[in-house]
Amino acid sequence: MAAMDGAPTDRDLAAIGLLQDPVRRALYEHVVAAGGEVSRNQAAEAAAVGRGLAAFHLDKLVEAGLLEATFRRLGERRGPGAGRPAKLYRRAAGEVAASLPPRTYETAAHLLAEAVEQTGADLELQAAARRAGVRAGRRQPREGGPAVERLLAARGYEPYRDGAALRLRNCPFANLSGEFPVLVCAMNLSLIEGLLEGLGAPERAVMEPAPGRCCVAIISKDNQD
Amino acid sequence: MATHQLAQVNIATLRYPLDGPELAGFVAQLEPINALADAAPGFVWRLQTEDGDATAIRPFDDERIMVNLSVWASLEALRGFVYASRHLGVMRHRRSWFTRMADPYLALWWVPAGTIPTVAEAKERLQLLARSGPTPAAFTFRDPFPEPAGASR
Repeated sequence: MAAMDGAPTDRDLAAIGLLQDPVRRALYEHVVAAGGEVSRNQAAEAAAVGRGLAAFHLDKLVEAGLLEATFRRLGERRGPGAGRPAKLYRRAAGEVAASLPPRTYETAAHLLAEAVEQTGADLELQAAARRAGVRAGRRQPREGGPAVERLLAARGYEPYRDGAALRLRNCPFANLSGEFPVLVCAMNLSLIEGLLEGLGAPERAVMEPAPGRCCVAIISKDNQD
Repeated sequence: MATHQLAQVNIATLRYPLDGPELAGFVAQLEPINALADAAPGFVWRLQTEDGDATAIRPFDDERIMVNLSVWASLEALRGFVYASRHLGVMRHRRSWFTRMADPYLALWWVPAGTIPTVAEAKERLQLLARSGPTPAAFTFRDPFPEPAGASR
């Protein structure tokens, strides 16, 4: 499952089709939101289905490449009597994407990033990202819960609370930021700064890179860290 | 134990004098970011004068060009520091402080463990990269080469 650089493959379409089933969709979303490994029992409980049914659907999601399964002993006990290792699920690293008619924005994005990198137009890119963020922030409706979290969730960042900070589980630009980290992570920070400005939010966005998540965190304005 | 370590050189051309107001943001970050590097997993060595950094070393005819030379335990260690630490946040200002260079400004190569590269050697690696593209003797993050197998010579 490569990034979208052509017509959707059968495998991509099949994976997306699997999520039409409400139970599978609930299981998938629970595993994703957990941000780590989830046992069958935990997933079954969250989706309010039996353990056997949950196991069946979870394994379908693994087959389709949406989840990955690992086996690990959960308790402290070792040797005879420790029991079988538990099967644990987490989101698969690969991407599933399909556009009909085929749209290959990924290819265009890489070429454009290459050109920006070569011309050194970082600051122009950051300014454009900030303007786009401000516009999107202003358009966001004000009712219906914390606006910052809703807007970031709608844009695919998967925000979660971590103490006083709001962190982002998903990098929506993962392939691009892997190849052009300085350029793309700075663009992303400017975009989120713009979103906050457009929303009139009191928080500020900072760069706090760590493996396995978006490098931007949202903290309260008086926090100097 | 690994027989090789990764050497990296990168150069940058100052847009303004280092002691001017335009570079104040860069200068303010030198000490904390160098301290972060020194404490980073896999850090081995970095070029520095008695000031604790390498900003006074200007080995090119164009004296606006500064050099950064360091050795790391692995490519992953260096990548972790450059792109997955607070260093990343500082680099987003790179175009405010430095002019873009047409020739390669960063080169990586493997050195036998315990060897410290010289500035002259680092300049040669950059020239080699410009001349021949990425090879095991001078490569980039985007086109890396694995650590040479076997004992160091």
